[in-house]
Amino acid sequence: MNPALPYLLASVLAGAGCYGVLARRNAVLMLIGVELILAAAGLILVTSSVFNPDPYASGMVLTMFIITIAAAEVVVALAVFMALYRARGHVDLLPDDRDLAGGSSIDDSGSNNTGSSDTRAGAN
Amino acid sequence: MSLRDALFIAIGIISAASALLAVTSRSVLHAALWLVVCLGTLAGCYLVLGAELIALVQLLVYVGGVVVIVLFALMLTRAGPDDAAISTSRAHRGLAAMVAAGITVLLGTALVALVGWEQVDVAGPSNADIGAQIFDTWVWPFELLSLLLLLALIAAIAVARGAGTTEDLE
Repeated sequence: MNPALPYLLASVLAGAGCYGVLARRNAVLMLIGVELILAAAGLILVTSSVFNPDPYASGMVLTMFIITIAAAEVVVALAVFMALYRARGHVDLLPDDRDLAGGSSIDDSGSNNTGSSDTRAGAN
Repeated sequence: MSLRDALFIAIGIISAASALLAVTSRSVLHAALWLVVCLGTLAGCYLVLGAELIALVQLLVYVGGVVVIVLFALMLTRAGPDDAAISTSRAHRGLAAMVAAGITVLLGTALVALVGWEQVDVAGPSNADIGAQIFDTWVWPFELLSLLLLLALIAAIAVARGAGTTEDLE
């Protein structure tokens, strides 16, 4: 098999992931870009392990470690986004004056949430 | 071109296209579902490469676990199809696309220049070898990973239920 093909796919995945991290405003969608970069790293490790085998099976084992760490990472990141959503009423990563105008008070976060997401839906 | 090459090209094109759709889709739900397609076809790529164990783990953990959590988070953060605030400005996206294209070209040329374009035999370790190595050479990192997963679980619960926010301090 031609070993260049998996590497080309991995580079495309890494590029797409970087675009997702850089260009997305929604925090959860930014996380999708991170997942794609990790998937590209796993594909590179598996490919190198398949075409240059070593006695410790490093590529395969490290890919499984990457998958596990990615699962732990995504759980913690999404918990942070949930806390962010409760505090601000949205998970928009682009800083603007909406937080200062609508979401300044934290003490009544229940009513504040609906208010700021309504203004966001209207603004767009 | 061998049979593996043809299979890999077919699955890889689906994977690359769905990855691009996952980061460019206007609907947040569609983006998450394209991620399912991308990671699922990536498991197919692992199968073509002869890494059955990795393909199964990828399917179980990524497609079964991570994507479900992402979908839950998308719905809980109320980013439905009506949410238009997922895109940055056109200039921002153009700059991001240039950086991404640069990374793709750089990584692709470096890796292809490293391995060349000739046919190489697929000679990866067998599943039995991988299992034996996990519990021999890699046993301490493997055990530490279970600790990491436990810590991630506890931390996620603690953060998501709101411990340590400003309301609790007041």
